[in-house]
Amino acid sequence: MATLLAIGTAKGLFLATSADDRRTWEITGPHFPMTGVYAVAVDTRRPTPRLLAGVTSSHFGPSVATSDDLGATWDEPDVAPVAFPADTDATLGRVWQLMPAGPDEPDVVWAGTEPSALFRSTDGGRSFELVRSLWDHPHRPEWGAGFGGQAVHTVLPHPRDPARLLVAMSTGGVYRSEDAGASWAPGNTGIRAYFMPNEWPEFGQCVHKVARDAGNPERLYAQNHHGVYRSDDDGRTWSSIADGLPSDFGFAMVSHPGRGGTVWTFPLVADSERFPTDHRCRVFRSGDAGGKWEPLSVGLPEGPFYPAVLRDAMCADDSSPGGVYFGTRSGEVYASRDEGDSWSLVAAHLPDVLCVRAAAV
Amino acid sequence: MVTVLLPGPLRGEAGGASRLSVAAAGTLRAVLDELAAGHPRLARRIRDERGELRRYVNVYVDGEDCRHSGGLATPVGDDAEVQVLPSVAGG
Repeated sequence: MATLLAIGTAKGLFLATSADDRRTWEITGPHFPMTGVYAVAVDTRRPTPRLLAGVTSSHFGPSVATSDDLGATWDEPDVAPVAFPADTDATLGRVWQLMPAGPDEPDVVWAGTEPSALFRSTDGGRSFELVRSLWDHPHRPEWGAGFGGQAVHTVLPHPRDPARLLVAMSTGGVYRSEDAGASWAPGNTGIRAYFMPNEWPEFGQCVHKVARDAGNPERLYAQNHHGVYRSDDDGRTWSSIADGLPSDFGFAMVSHPGRGGTVWTFPLVADSERFPTDHRCRVFRSGDAGGKWEPLSVGLPEGPFYPAVLRDAMCADDSSPGGVYFGTRSGEVYASRDEGDSWSLVAAHLPDVLCVRAAAV
Repeated sequence: MVTVLLPGPLRGEAGGASRLSVAAAGTLRAVLDELAAGHPRLARRIRDERGELRRYVNVYVDGEDCRHSGGLATPVGDDAEVQVLPSVAGG
C-alpha cells in the first residue's frame, strides 16, 4: 500500500506518493497551477479513494475538484459545487476546509468557507448545500475577519455520533451542534480573547485550529490566537495546556488519528512576531493530552529558521507507526515516519504551503 | 452572431477553442447568459454566483472595457466582438 501526501500551495496542488513506507517520495504537480489550494482531503471511506481539492484562482474564482484516480485526472461538475444561494447576497471567497464525515455517512462531506459558512455534500463532495442553521445564526453579524479573511476553517464530525458536529471560525470561535447541524451553540468557555474589551466573551474568539482526540472523541485540542487549550466535554469548556510550550501562539494543531493523548503543534513566538520560537524549526509533541510537551527536531534544519506553518499545513497519516507532515511558507515539506522522533525533507522550493493531508491509499 | 474571444487559461472550458460564437445580443448580460447555457463552467469563471463579473476579469465589447460602458448592461450588437481577459493581478 502506498502513502499519498497532498500538498496544497499558493500556486497549485502537489501530490507526493511513497511506495516504500514513506522513505522516498515521487512528486507530481502543480495540479491547478496558479490557484491557491487552501483545502484538500483524501477520502478513504470509498472503495476507490477520492481526492478533493478546494482551489481558488485569483482571477477566475473558487471551486472544488475531485479525482477518483489519485490525481491523474480531475473533474468539476457544471454547476458550481459550492455557491451561496441568491437570497444570501453572499459570494464564495474560497473553500477553507473539506472534511469527510464519519464512517456512518460515507457520502457526506463538509466544506467550511469564506465568508464563514458551512456546506454539506451528500454525494461525496461533488455538490454542496449551504447549512442554513449556521448561516442564519443570530451571532453571524458579529463574527469578524482576521488577516486571512473570515472563514469556517475547521469542521470536526464526531466519529461515532453523526448528530454531533463542531466548527471553528476566525473570528467567531467554536460552535457546536448536537442535532446534526439543525442548531448551533458557541463553545468557547475558557478561551481568552485578549484582543477584545471583554476578554472572556461567549463568542468572538480567534480559534486557529481544533483537533479531536482519537481515543476519546469528547476530548478536543485547540490552538488559539494566543492560547493552547483542551476540552474534555466536547467543546463546551476549555482549559489551558500551554504550560510546557515555548509559546502559546501558532496555527496548527494535529491529533494522532489512532491513539488518544498524542498531539503535535508548531509554536510561533507571538502574534506580533510570527517566527518559530527561538528561530528554530521544531515541532512540539505531547503524549499525555497536553500535560507535558517535548521539542522534536531530529532531521529538521539546525540553523536559524523563520518560516511559519499555517493552520492546515500540518497533518498525520493513518499508518502505524504514525506519519506526521508539515509544510512551511518557504515551500518546504517535512515528513516523519516515527511520530515526530525524526524527520526528512519531502520537497523544497515549492510555493507557500497552505495545507497538507496524507493517507494510505 | 456575437464572437466571444477567450484567454488561454479559459480555453480548456471551451474544448480548447479561442473563440466562440454566441447566438445572443442586446446586452453583455444576455451574451454571458447564453454562454452559461452552453458552457456553464466557463461562465462561472467569468461571473460569480450573483451574476457579477469577477473582480479580476475584464470584458471588452468591441474594444471598450465594459466597466466603463454600462457593465453587464453594455449594448452588444449582432456582430460584436466580446473579449474576456484576466486583469493584471497576482504575484
